[in-house]
Amino acid sequence: MSDARVHHPGLFRATAGAIAVIAVALPILGGVMGGISPYFANIIGQIATFALLAVALDLIWGYAGILSLGHGLFFAMGGYLIAMHLLKAGFEFSGITPDFMIFMGWSEFPGFWAGLEHFPYALALIVLLPGALALVYGFVSFRSRVSGVYFAIITQALTYIAMLLMFRNDTGFGGNNGMTGFAEVLGQPIGAPSVVIGLATVSVLLLLAGFLFAGWLTGTSFGRLLIAIRDDEARLRFLGYETLWPKLAIWSLSAVLAALAGALYVPQVGIINPRLLSPDLSIEIAVWVALGGRGALSGAVIGAVIISALKFWLSGFAPDLWPFILAGVVLVVVVVLPNGLLDLRGLLRQHPALGNILSEKRNG
Amino acid sequence: MDKVETAAGDQALQVDGLRVAFGDFVAIPNLSFLVNFGEVHGVIGPNGAGKTTLLDAITGKTRPAEGRILLDRHTDLLALDEPKRALAGVGRKFQKPSVFEALSVRENLELALRLRPRSILGELRSWSDPRRKARADEVLEEIGLAARADTPAGALAHGQKQWLEIGMLLMQRPKLLMLDEPVAGMTATETAHTAELIRRLRSPERAILVIEHDMDFVEEIADRVTVLHGGDPIFEGRMADARADARVREVYLGR
Repeated sequence: MSDARVHHPGLFRATAGAIAVIAVALPILGGVMGGISPYFANIIGQIATFALLAVALDLIWGYAGILSLGHGLFFAMGGYLIAMHLLKAGFEFSGITPDFMIFMGWSEFPGFWAGLEHFPYALALIVLLPGALALVYGFVSFRSRVSGVYFAIITQALTYIAMLLMFRNDTGFGGNNGMTGFAEVLGQPIGAPSVVIGLATVSVLLLLAGFLFAGWLTGTSFGRLLIAIRDDEARLRFLGYETLWPKLAIWSLSAVLAALAGALYVPQVGIINPRLLSPDLSIEIAVWVALGGRGALSGAVIGAVIISALKFWLSGFAPDLWPFILAGVVLVVVVVLPNGLLDLRGLLRQHPALGNILSEKRNG
Repeated sequence: MDKVETAAGDQALQVDGLRVAFGDFVAIPNLSFLVNFGEVHGVIGPNGAGKTTLLDAITGKTRPAEGRILLDRHTDLLALDEPKRALAGVGRKFQKPSVFEALSVRENLELALRLRPRSILGELRSWSDPRRKARADEVLEEIGLAARADTPAGALAHGQKQWLEIGMLLMQRPKLLMLDEPVAGMTATETAHTAELIRRLRSPERAILVIEHDMDFVEEIADRVTVLHGGDPIFEGRMADARADARVREVYLGR
């Protein structure tokens, strides 16, 4: 196949298998048998939410060719909504007053927090609000034929505006300090090892579900239509397809997946603040996908895992180096691996010696 | 203007008083012409004569300031958006090959057939309809790419991509098939093959409009030509007569 980005059934199955093994191993090794510390399980859980976020971005960027530099917005929307649920539930059921209310001198929650203590309602909002925002914003942009780099810049601007809004203390979202001090999730103490491992396991399971769903979707005729939109949208329109609707569908679906990832990320990291809406996080998401390989879902997962793992590891002793390393990754991708790590196979073919060394290692 | 009766068909496309302007620049001041079913109609002219602008106005890529464009006497094309014009029976091949490179030749053809033009979802559900495969097989034979049906379109040679794109338009059985410089960048063999393909495509249920620089190619395929200059038609008739026309020689052939 000339275009290596479309089908990697072997790699896809291997990635799905690996995610499934982790989902099974986490509760076993983390709980009953020991071997995985809650701290480590927590990191795996966080990385799983990043990988799901990368899958969400890959659906629209890799398949439909629409680059979003604002997926942090949907991720943060999911995060803020779950944080509001956790704080409101803590207040209603355990009488814990959130820090930001003490700070603002408020004795009661702003009106729009009403009902958020109920998890089903919060979950519904986590799906519906980002989905609705994506729908409206996508409709306006796609109908006006805003595309390519212009679309990407506007998504970035939208995220930035949301960050400025969230930095304000009087909006009722915790302001620049954000929200933290979560005590319980679904009535369970959030810091307990079993809850930590449970959240991580749910994250990996949701990643698996999202990955399999995305893999199924891109293999259907709808997926073929998305690839056609990516390759030549004008041609498709002149063949009689109104491309607005499929683009809107995949864009909104991607936003919802990102929000679900955010809703699992925040309880695990224990805090949300407007930093999650900063432009660099949204760009980092695009770097994950670019490194792994656009248009291959396994690539998105692998890219997100490699870069986030590197970031976790480095933040231990050299956090200042991170921007330089990220910039280096971008340069390597742009110059050497335009299709991401998937290009490595092509490089191996061009340099058989390298390939021999690797395959001997594999056989040996 | 000379009138030459070559095709017996009814009128497929009627362009009436078309005016296209980009800001202060008037690309087409006032253009009227007819294309009949069953004929191959060539549009020639020097660069900037308004040839591609004309196609853009017919397909909906550009909105004209004035005028009327009727397909098959009854369909007012200017009232429709691009996808609807395509569904009404206007097929356009772009100057640059426009195929879906990541999809196979067969997938490209199958995508081009709209069995359920009213709904994309319905279209996707009808993907397994045997009629789609049958039609793709017919067209694969017609454009001579049957042996390469499962090749990704991106791996085709330049000429083959052009034929594939023509095939994609044929899937839909368009009433009006428009080809924008179909032999640009082709080798002599590919050009000959394309000329033969276009001659074979001439059919009573279809009108073919070809925009081209290559005069010999146009003479080979076109029943009638319209010569444009600055958006104005300065000649209409047989290519052989166009070559002899004083005005055409002046503006286009450089005497």
